[in-house]
Amino acid sequence: MTQKLIREIFASAFDNIYLRKLDDASVVELRGGRYAMTTDSFVVDPIIFPGGDIGKLAVCGTVNDLASCAAEPRYLSVSFVIEEGLPFDVLESVVSSMAQEAGQQRVLIITGDTKVVPRGKADRLFINTAGIGLVHKTLEAGMIRPGDKILINGPVAQHGLCILAARQGFESQEVLKSDCKSLWAIVKLLLQEHVDVRFMRDPTRGGVSAAANEIAQSSGFSLALIENKIPITASCKSFCEILGLEPLDIANEGKMLFFIGEKDASRALRTLRAVPSCRRASVIGEVLPERKAKVYLKTVAGGSRVLGMPVTEALPRIC
Amino acid sequence: MKYVDDFRGAEACLAMARRINAAAGDRDYRIMEVCGTHTAAIRRFGIPGMLSARIRLISGPGCPVCVTSDAYLRNAFRMAAEKNVTIATYPDMLRVPAGGASLQDLRAGGADIRPVNSALEVPDIARGLKNRTVVFLAVGFETTAPATGILIQRAYREKIGNLRVYSAHKTIPPALMSLGKDKALCLDGFLLPGHVSAVIGVEGYRQVMRSLHLPAVITGFEPLDILSAIGTIVDAARHRQAILENGYSRVVRPGGNPKAKALIKEVFVSKDSLWRGLSVIPGSGLFLRKPYDSLDARRTFGLKEEDGYQAQDSGCRCAGVLTGRIEPVACRHFGKQCSPQKPLGPCMVSREGTCRAFFETL
Repeated sequence: MTQKLIREIFASAFDNIYLRKLDDASVVELRGGRYAMTTDSFVVDPIIFPGGDIGKLAVCGTVNDLASCAAEPRYLSVSFVIEEGLPFDVLESVVSSMAQEAGQQRVLIITGDTKVVPRGKADRLFINTAGIGLVHKTLEAGMIRPGDKILINGPVAQHGLCILAARQGFESQEVLKSDCKSLWAIVKLLLQEHVDVRFMRDPTRGGVSAAANEIAQSSGFSLALIENKIPITASCKSFCEILGLEPLDIANEGKMLFFIGEKDASRALRTLRAVPSCRRASVIGEVLPERKAKVYLKTVAGGSRVLGMPVTEALPRIC
Repeated sequence: MKYVDDFRGAEACLAMARRINAAAGDRDYRIMEVCGTHTAAIRRFGIPGMLSARIRLISGPGCPVCVTSDAYLRNAFRMAAEKNVTIATYPDMLRVPAGGASLQDLRAGGADIRPVNSALEVPDIARGLKNRTVVFLAVGFETTAPATGILIQRAYREKIGNLRVYSAHKTIPPALMSLGKDKALCLDGFLLPGHVSAVIGVEGYRQVMRSLHLPAVITGFEPLDILSAIGTIVDAARHRQAILENGYSRVVRPGGNPKAKALIKEVFVSKDSLWRGLSVIPGSGLFLRKPYDSLDARRTFGLKEEDGYQAQDSGCRCAGVLTGRIEPVACRHFGKQCSPQKPLGPCMVSREGTCRAFFETL
């Protein structure tokens, strides 16, 4: 639905060479420097969840969209839409977690706006952000080549399941924690090590399935993923089994899919695994020579199937 | 989770598949999985690709919303359109199209339609809406019928006067009979549904299987469960043996669940019922028995008999898909006009629907 909206209404109305790529951020050249710009709105429900809140999510989400373009996040704008009656202490705690995350990431929030709307005209708190970052390396889906390895920096599905559990009032919320995290630090690390990074994408809404299919489509190559190489925590796996959910379709907020030149793959994996939060990083698949833009999944049972674009949202308002 | 992993190991699954392929020899096998959850698991784990092309797995009519007839839906739409009527039903039912509309469309137009995850949520809805009639659209097989049974008993005992039930519950054994006898299908055996079997037990199939004289194995939903059941069927079919085996004894007891069976018997009476794609199957429908039939929406609303409707042609080939005559890709609408976002037929709606299972994994 969102895809259709973007393609048919926005992309056709605003059409230009930057927008046409439909990436998470666009790279522009300004007086010799290359900058990436992105924007995002956050409407997650509940606004405070295990592992984070809407404020931390807003900073991380914007930072990660920039990081996926190999851009060092520098400046953010923040805009709040507040429903009348939102308790002050809730707003304060959200704002302080934004400030904390921005401070840690060394990005400055340099402009903002606030609107208060009457009760019932918004749901507690919506946040819009924009971000500008300095591009360290030019990456495009067109740089992906057959043989490239696909890496992920940790277990999948944590954010989406945490929100689902919190909203449905499932106990065990302690175990299901959002993976909400800024990723510029690990992207920078790989770039500093001169790892041959070809492309990156953060698998947020629609999870690994959606991100992999989008990349297959924009690069034209088919991808092969190996199900039992894709890390998942025991609690997320049990939760998905019980509810009949496909973990690969579930949103992440602190994960990145890296497309790495074959020769550098094991070095990239070592580099990632040396970071405490990425100990479960894994090579989860590779790019095939076939130009069919499909995603194949080698299943745990030893079979193979096509991993399709997730068709229906497991949950609305997860970010 | 360790327990599940034991039934998923690639080594064990591939070894089993090799054994089946070797045993299959030089003849073809046509095995039907009746249950939609089996269809989904078979596709999800990539089982067809592990087996030789000689073994064809045919998807049967085992998804509750898929077999619910157009006529039933049109009756439901009629009730939903009435003033002071609230419809409660399982979420998948909202998206099933009939005659170009769905309950979801009616809801967008202002009708009061409540998705529920359990029949037992309905009494609270009814109590909260004293001056409206709440109709529960009861669909599903022996698995969901007991919950509807409890709902009916509770509404009857507690005198919840504004609650009605419109039952489309169906039973599996009569459908097996009809499919097994179908010459065009020419089946070599059945993978019997795990969940339904937990209710009716091995005994529930005894009579039908005796007269069909085909191999049939009750099985679970892990790849190794499914593969070993296929292996058993292939072995038996090769020797022209009729067997009825329980390959899911960690869940299914020989006699099933006596409580659930007694409840179904107490509340429902079996009559002929219209299935999408399979037409009327004798004795396959569960209808409200006396004295509970005072809660029957058919009576309250004077609904037209379902087999009295002329079938409408939407160009959708669900009927062929449901009876295993064609694979979804043979339908010209598959993946084009008909997708999970905008289903033209019911098989594309639910995760258990054959078309949806193919769409997601093809």
